[in-house]
Amino acid sequence: MNEEGGPSRAIDREHALRLLREMILIRRFEEKCAELYSAGKIRGFLHLYIGQEAVAVGAMQALQPDDAIVATYREHGHALARGVSAEAIMAEMYGKVEGCSRGRGGSMHLFDAATRFYGGNAIVGGGLPLAVGLALADKMQGRNRLTACFFGEGAVAEGEFHESMNLAALWQLPVLFCCENNLYAMGTALARSESETDLCLKASSFEMSAWPVDGMDVVACEAAARRAAESVRAGGGPHFLEFRTYRFRAHSMFDAELYRDKAEVEEWKKRDPIPAFGARAKEEGLLEDADLAAIEDAVAAEIAKSVEFAEAGTWEPVEDLTRFVYSERATSR
Amino acid sequence: MTAQVPTKTTYREAVRVAIREALQRDERVFLMGEDVGRYGGCFAVSKGLLAEFGPERIRDTPLSESAFVGAGIGAALGGVRPIVEIMTVNFSLLALDQIVNNAATILHMSGGQFNIPLVIRMTTGAGRQLAAQHSHSLEGWYAHIPGIKVLAPATIEDARGMLWPALEDPDPVLIFEHGSLYNVEGELAADAGTIDICKAAIRRPGTDVSLITYGGTLARTLQAAEALSSEGINAEVIDLRTLRPLDSETIVASVSKTHRAVIVDEGWRSGSISAEITARIVEQAFYDLDAPVARVCSAEVPMPYAKHLEDAALPQVPAIVASARRLVSGHE
Repeated sequence: MNEEGGPSRAIDREHALRLLREMILIRRFEEKCAELYSAGKIRGFLHLYIGQEAVAVGAMQALQPDDAIVATYREHGHALARGVSAEAIMAEMYGKVEGCSRGRGGSMHLFDAATRFYGGNAIVGGGLPLAVGLALADKMQGRNRLTACFFGEGAVAEGEFHESMNLAALWQLPVLFCCENNLYAMGTALARSESETDLCLKASSFEMSAWPVDGMDVVACEAAARRAAESVRAGGGPHFLEFRTYRFRAHSMFDAELYRDKAEVEEWKKRDPIPAFGARAKEEGLLEDADLAAIEDAVAAEIAKSVEFAEAGTWEPVEDLTRFVYSERATSR
Repeated sequence: MTAQVPTKTTYREAVRVAIREALQRDERVFLMGEDVGRYGGCFAVSKGLLAEFGPERIRDTPLSESAFVGAGIGAALGGVRPIVEIMTVNFSLLALDQIVNNAATILHMSGGQFNIPLVIRMTTGAGRQLAAQHSHSLEGWYAHIPGIKVLAPATIEDARGMLWPALEDPDPVLIFEHGSLYNVEGELAADAGTIDICKAAIRRPGTDVSLITYGGTLARTLQAAEALSSEGINAEVIDLRTLRPLDSETIVASVSKTHRAVIVDEGWRSGSISAEITARIVEQAFYDLDAPVARVCSAEVPMPYAKHLEDAALPQVPAIVASARRLVSGHE
């Protein structure tokens, strides 16, 4: 199967600036997070998305405000691209009550009702059944909206992947399965864990439309997601996209990266989605050097503001420790 | 309202009536699970409902416990009201990830943004020679988990009356139906209402010893109380009904009155709900006790197939009677 090539759909200057701005925001935000982690401001696990930004930014362009998103523990980029504020995410990283999960979730569990962002799920594969259920609710209620479910290729080895793919296809549910194949499940290469490494072939075996996408090309990611989402909305059942991408940083802050060659990482960095798209946009006359500088300045200001917000944030009173174990309102009806 | 004549019914029919009423009452309610539709339910609980409500609302699933339980969680998040049926508690272990890592945590992890109004029903317990992979009583395990509620209807009234409040609850509720109860017959008022799912019930008032139980062992515990009364021992029988939250107040009030407690639980004793109840009595009613707390639990073996061995593994009336008698007489 060939990767979905660049689209014929021309993008205008405004859209190009938006794609670039969102990718740069994620990159700089996470660089800041790594710095704050070293400074002890952020604790727990921190999984950086650096290198994969084109996938979240491209795919989110295809979603409507009332669509739902289910993501993984490497979800800062998805939350930012979905429009959760950098302030709310940074405050969550700090564990402050102003965070998008009130400091209960941290880096791995970002949630946001306003943008229908359902986590931040840290059990590999565990988010897929949730996405199937969200889509089932929509179908049963006759709502024309979809659920985008992001997960890594490592999830493909989980039973929940196969169960969920089957159920979604069997019931023809509006799920857009977005598999981000960054080649390593933590430190285990795909070929060392799967007898069949063609992920689209696996998806196709569920009678589901599936195709691979160049995950380092934001325009290709957007085009593929738009095409798939359109088909899902038209009643075409679930679709599966394999975004071929690469994580530039370690799996988490505790990873010595013994499992891959530095040369391989350097090779992939040549395909860094941000400069690649920047160069292309410049070539097409959509972007000037001054634009790039303006974006960097605006992003730096936004991140500085988010850090300020998190620093100024408050700690949840310990007396509230056991809140949100059960709902505080008497009934859901 | 005209006077309602109580009708003869079974526990199975009571559960079915509760499901039917919920489906009629709220169009968002649906039932999903393995063989709930065409087959009519593994234990015939949902028999006839497919014809009445159609395949959208009586939804057969593949044998994918994790996916359909997780889909129930997602559907609840999406605004509908699933009743997910799992054939037996042993099979629910295939969905533990979804129940423990998602259903029980998402409200908390999301800082209160996303609650999960989900009901999961499943069969539990032994007594039908189904051996070690269809007979265990693991509801006590689930009662360990904050974020979910655990119900065990032991009577026809509760089988009928617990489902609606469980569906109205904003958080995940697990209902454990003991497999030996489905054929139990009794009378049920046609206008029997819903019940408070957070309260234990005193099934038999007494003064000399508190027999504390739930679910499948309630009937045997009541029989034991009868036998004890012929010996002049007046036992109080508490049906816990809800294992989480545990109604400590009712337990402690009873033990403070009788000064003796026997806990009857089909689960294993080590690290169990019976151990938790014992601890609460010791913590909250220690100085009211006239004797050590006693427990009658299942033998610590995987449930055997052979009838005589299965009977020997389970809490039986003579053991309950003997245990209570020892506490009251103060010696062997």
